[in-house]
Amino acid sequence: MSAVAQNPSMPESDAEEAVGRFDNPALMRRRRREEVRFQAYGLIAIALSFSFLVILFGTIITNGWTAFFQTSIELPIKFDAAEIDPEGTRNPRVLAQANYQKLAYQALYEKLGLENPTRQQRRAANELLSRDMDTQLRRMVEADPSIIGTTQSVWGLASGNIDALVKGKIDRKVPQENRQVSDLQIEWIDKLTASGAMQKQFNTGLFTNFASSQPETAGLAVALIGSLYMMLIVVLLSVPFGVAAAIYLEEFAPKNRITDIIEVNINNLAAVPSIVFGLLGLAVFINFAGLPRSASLVGGLVLTLMTLPTIIIATRAAITAVPPSIREAALGIGASKVQTVFHHVLPLSLPGIITGTIIGLVQAIGETAPLLMIGMVAFVVEAPQTPLDPATALPVQIYMWATEAERGFVEKTAGATIVLLGIIAVMSIFAMILRKRYERKW
Amino acid sequence: MSLSTLLFCLLVAAVVAFFIGFWRAKRLSPDNPRALHSRPGYHGGYLALATALPAILVLMIWSAVEPRFIQAEVESNLPAQVLEGSQGQIGLAMGVVRSVATGLERLSPAEVAAAKANPREAQRLFGSKGVVIASPPDAAIIASAEELNSIKSLSEIAKTAVAAFLAIFGFIFAFRKLSPNLRARNRVEQVIIAGLMAASSVAILTTAGIVLSVLFESVEFFSHVSIIDFLTGTVWDPRFAGAGDTSGDGQFGLVPLLWGTLYISFVALLVAVPIGLLAAIYMAEYAHPNVRSAVKPALEMLAGIPTIVYGFFAVVTVGPFINFVGSEAGLAIQPTSVLTAGIVMGIMIIPFVSSLSDDIITAIPRALREGSYGLGATQSETIKRVVLPAALPGIVGAILLAASRAIGETMIVVLAAGIAANLTLNPAESVTTITVKIVSQLTGDLEFNSPQTLVAFALGFTLFILTLGLNVYALYIVRKYREQYE
Repeated sequence: MSAVAQNPSMPESDAEEAVGRFDNPALMRRRRREEVRFQAYGLIAIALSFSFLVILFGTIITNGWTAFFQTSIELPIKFDAAEIDPEGTRNPRVLAQANYQKLAYQALYEKLGLENPTRQQRRAANELLSRDMDTQLRRMVEADPSIIGTTQSVWGLASGNIDALVKGKIDRKVPQENRQVSDLQIEWIDKLTASGAMQKQFNTGLFTNFASSQPETAGLAVALIGSLYMMLIVVLLSVPFGVAAAIYLEEFAPKNRITDIIEVNINNLAAVPSIVFGLLGLAVFINFAGLPRSASLVGGLVLTLMTLPTIIIATRAAITAVPPSIREAALGIGASKVQTVFHHVLPLSLPGIITGTIIGLVQAIGETAPLLMIGMVAFVVEAPQTPLDPATALPVQIYMWATEAERGFVEKTAGATIVLLGIIAVMSIFAMILRKRYERKW
Repeated sequence: MSLSTLLFCLLVAAVVAFFIGFWRAKRLSPDNPRALHSRPGYHGGYLALATALPAILVLMIWSAVEPRFIQAEVESNLPAQVLEGSQGQIGLAMGVVRSVATGLERLSPAEVAAAKANPREAQRLFGSKGVVIASPPDAAIIASAEELNSIKSLSEIAKTAVAAFLAIFGFIFAFRKLSPNLRARNRVEQVIIAGLMAASSVAILTTAGIVLSVLFESVEFFSHVSIIDFLTGTVWDPRFAGAGDTSGDGQFGLVPLLWGTLYISFVALLVAVPIGLLAAIYMAEYAHPNVRSAVKPALEMLAGIPTIVYGFFAVVTVGPFINFVGSEAGLAIQPTSVLTAGIVMGIMIIPFVSSLSDDIITAIPRALREGSYGLGATQSETIKRVVLPAALPGIVGAILLAASRAIGETMIVVLAAGIAANLTLNPAESVTTITVKIVSQLTGDLEFNSPQTLVAFALGFTLFILTLGLNVYALYIVRKYREQYE
């Protein structure tokens, strides 16, 4: 409104009162500058918010994208029968207890051309490999005992420090005393890399491995399964209950005090801190009902109660958006109230309900605090077979890795965060497309 | 039959009953379908509901009551020297009885005899079936376990019989009622509406569950520690006690935690309110509608990011950055501090302020603005002197809602605020919050009768009251304000 016309009919006034007048050029310049400044504040505020968003995503992506690749070393492993199963019984118990780590180390010495390694050389070489090589080799033997006695080429994971050096997260220029990787090891790494025996490979282990104290072999499998179970439980329970509650409140409930109380209740439940839901889960589902701790069933139930208000509110909005003429037409040709709702109103509000459900699920999948209360912070080393088995969830896994001291876990944490944000992005975009596509203006 | 098989059988029975009812209704009046009051599908539904519903309801109630009843029954028959012990000892004994009972179920009759004759043999046999018990069970325990098993199987048989009786009786009763004049649709619809009503009461049950469970445990806590000490104590030192140690040594002062919570929320609001409010004003008053419809959801993304991601962001980026800036400026700022947690939380709640304020500013009637322009005010003057004063109550409501979100936030403060309960004014030091202490008191192995764990519920109750109060007040303000213009 900078182009306000001058008003010739304004009353005459003295110098003090001229403050509000338009025929004072200095004053008008000041007022216009003020106008520009005010607009600039708004733009700066929006720009700041966006830069926060960019910095947040930037930090996580730059920290985390390397987690999808892991340095591996190709080793010719001799599955020596004398070492694994000296008596040739092929007894599973014997096979499980063999020293596979030693086999991996020997293959590595050979690869590095160390004929009779000294103790120092052996120590330095051992540090190249992940300490969980034995698990990988044991699984190979258990899957197919006939490989005993043969030599197999195996890609094994390098240790966390070596991985960090290859990815440039440990600075080579730092003097050896202050660096976690010695000069000798760097020489070996360069030799292996040059010969193609050391490569960065896509890290499938991030998705398929279970909990581990070594960053290079820690994976998200338990968390992914746990989150999947919980989402299934949330969908199966919160959608029927939420939609039913919304239909009742919107279409059938008499307008009386009880309905009012329910309504106020739902609005307030949506604002209860999530950690309080965790306390409820602990007191009711675990202590009172005796369900197992750390189980994804309990997590799913708690998240269901949290998601319910979101779904009820979204469904009510979708139902209200259906114009009364639809209901009147159905009633007019003799449909009962229930028939009107289930045959006409509900199908027409379905897109809104689905969008609201997805938004509720997005909230639920990122929720951490209530799951800490019900003990889902567990070190789980096997896949949960049923929702009653101990499991973790994606955000909880991020929390657990974020509190680990080892540096390799920073990368892992950011990598897991990328996975979580990716899932959330896909779900949100799906909800957005759905809304754009089926949104109907009556 | 187990509960799940029983439920499955009832479902199958319901489906069968539906088709019988459907078929029967069609036969009732083959020449003139209009003679039926309700369409055949409703007759089917009526029959199906009559068959399965009563049985399912009875089964649900039975299963809810059964474990408690069995427990009380078996417990009363435990040997006298166990019953004289503490509640904890009885609980332990019951745990052993339950394990032995599962073990017995997995053994063959010959093995059961062997187990009864020799406790050590019993322990070994159970171990081989995957049931691990700490010590060889004595004869009394095995007897209790057998009693447990026999009551269980008796209850299972009774359950099956009752369910079958109810299903058959319901089916016959409803089948005899099928006739052209039966108002089957109305009956079915009554059940549907009752179901909808039950679903909407889940919200009430949840609230009741929260209040009762948290209140119950809090009262238990206040029997150890006086409520005055809790509310006015300035020292937080719970002295984590080992399992079984129920002594109340330790100080549970709420004040430092409350201070930390409020201080961090205050810093968060210092970040979020100016940014959010200015962004809202720009979006509502200056931006082109297309720009607004793009910027608003983009800002709301900030609220959609899980809080654990913000916590990680605080630890990896913001904490070290603030620490670096502080050391350049000659100040010692701890990486976990009021500032770190407050700034990151502020970023998170920007959209709570901006989106709601934007809605409220847009709702201010055009006439107010036009009046101001007509008097010669510029746009920014109009906003500052007319629009904002008119929108003020709503904006205050939005800020209160954001504050309630900040107070209840957990993951950011768990990672970024620290665990030391300091009463300090210095924003460079670390403080702790109510939510952080709830988490730290409840993770790990729990002994549920010590004040060290019960205090978490008292803290949760404080948090619940605090956020509920803020919300109710904020909604009240927003609603009252809206009425003025609509």
